Amino acid sequence: MCGFIKDKTPKAVARRKRIVLTSFAILLASVVLLPLGGYLYSGLSAQAAAEEQTNPRANYWRAVRQGNTGYTAVMGQETNTLIQNGGQNWRQWRNGPVANISPWFLALVLLSLGLLFLLRGTMKIEGTLSGRTVTRYNVAERVIHWYVAILFIILTITGLSLLFGRAVLIPILGYSGFSDWANFSILLHNYLGPFFTVGVVLAVIAWIKDNIPTATDWQWFKEGVGGILAKGKHPHAERFNAGEKVFVFWLGLIVLGAIVSITGFMLIGWIGEQMRATMQLVNVIHAVASIVWIGIICGHIYLGLATEGALQGMTRGQVSEEWAKQHHDLWYKQAKKG
Amino acid sequence: MARMKFLCDAERCIECNACVTACKNEHEVPWGVNRRRVVVLNDGVPGEKSISVACMHCTDAPCAAVCPVDCFYTTDDGIVLHDKDLCIGCGYCFYACPFGAPQYPQQSAFGVRGKMDKCTFCAGGPTADNSDAEYAKYGRNRIAEGKLPLCAEMCSTKALLAGDGDLVADIYRQRVIRRGGRPQTWGWETAYQS
Ligand code: HEM
Ligand code: SF4
Ligand code: SF4
Repeated sequence: MCGFIKDKTPKAVARRKRIVLTSFAILLASVVLLPLGGYLYSGLSAQAAAEEQTNPRANYWRAVRQGNTGYTAVMGQETNTLIQNGGQNWRQWRNGPVANISPWFLALVLLSLGLLFLLRGTMKIEGTLSGRTVTRYNVAERVIHWYVAILFIILTITGLSLLFGRAVLIPILGYSGFSDWANFSILLHNYLGPFFTVGVVLAVIAWIKDNIPTATDWQWFKEGVGGILAKGKHPHAERFNAGEKVFVFWLGLIVLGAIVSITGFMLIGWIGEQMRATMQLVNVIHAVASIVWIGIICGHIYLGLATEGALQGMTRGQVSEEWAKQHHDLWYKQAKKG
Repeated sequence: MARMKFLCDAERCIECNACVTACKNEHEVPWGVNRRRVVVLNDGVPGEKSISVACMHCTDAPCAAVCPVDCFYTTDDGIVLHDKDLCIGCGYCFYACPFGAPQYPQQSAFGVRGKMDKCTFCAGGPTADNSDAEYAKYGRNRIAEGKLPLCAEMCSTKALLAGDGDLVADIYRQRVIRRGGRPQTWGWETAYQS
């Protein structure tokens, strides 16, 4: 048995070598190539699937579902679109996060301010009043301030009525009562909006020179946020302290002023007639930016009232020297020099 | 109870715009407002299709969800109607509606648009049935007269169907069986979630 293998003639040995080598080569080639056959298979089946996928009818209606347009004899805005999907997304955003999170945000702001009042009370003027005063705001500045402030409050009340009135005011006023109020609100809001923007621009012009950030501002934040959180501290401050500069001026008037005004102008149609998709986005941005701004202004109003002697500056234009030294020492020195 | 629905058969609609005209005439719709329109897709190329579209009277209506004064209501027949005495013309329902149904008679310089107008499925509005006030604000109330929407009644090819959703679906199913091919209940998925 196995005489074949035992055959040791050179011819037989060479033949065996050849057999081993070729089998090895074939084996190697198979190991490399056979798995690649998968590509061939998947390539062919993908081709078949691609042929199946182009069901023209299904594609056709899928395109309609995604808002493609056609021709229509009826004139009007986007009348040539059969279905727009953006509306449902806008509904989810506006009736969802925008309407549900913002009341909590505003409640949190008011709660923190209430807590601050409990902890800190009014921020009194230290020492006795000498009766001497310095001029803090001239007539023009005061007019601009109250013009913007009154419009802001009107726009806040009317704007929030549109967003929350259905949930909050209909139960109180009834359907037709609230409808009358909403009608009045939207008129007031849309007509006064542009006047508010004019006020914002004037306020920026009036106060930008006093709101340029300086090195003192950083120190102000470090020292218990200007002594608002840490009692007894009175870090240096110029005409406006760092908190006023950052929140009221730069974030408020400049950034939010621009966002709210531009989106507002788009909503009232002053920047051309917009597609529905744009209006949906713009409405959400307008509402969110406004609510952030309302939160900031709540803080601004609180500090104006809780800091003894601050309100006089904006009503009569004069503040006591003691107030000025305590809260805006660097500005006081400048003002005294003339 | 019937659940009223519209269905436009894309294999039949020939874009004659008779439904659009019939609606405007029946309801004395204000200038610039069209409660119904016909949209032609792939206009002028093979496979061109026409669809007549108006308010679809959605099940979970987006217009009603966003209206700040909550002036929409759904009748027992599933028809979505609104109260023009409450509407403040804010335009929100137009932003929300998938089918572009809400329309406005005016566009003032400050974004106030006048009372929204849309297809009522010929069912009028909240005022007394077939009163003059109802006709002036919402048009004819054919449903109260026991009739179906005029657009569908007028349709010469019977492409546009209006009525109880089950009957509409039955008629359409028979058509599809007879002519072959797959059904295309256009817009139903969006409007009725079925
Ligand atoms: C800081 C002041 C402002 C506040 C607090 C405010 C707030 C709001 C709020 C909360 C809404 C309701 C959004 C909704 O219902 O989804 C709204 C809507 C609107 N706001 Fe303002 N807004 C302010 C300034 C402006 C300005 C400056 C303009 C115009 C230039 C404007 C124009 C509008 C318009 C047109 C609408 C939508 C109502 C409509 O669709 O007609 N707003 N605003
Ligand atoms: S089609 Fe538009 S207007 Fe009609 S019910 Fe649906 S969302 Fe409202
Ligand atoms: S336009 Fe009228 S019906 Fe439409 S959302 Fe505004 S108030 Fe409601």
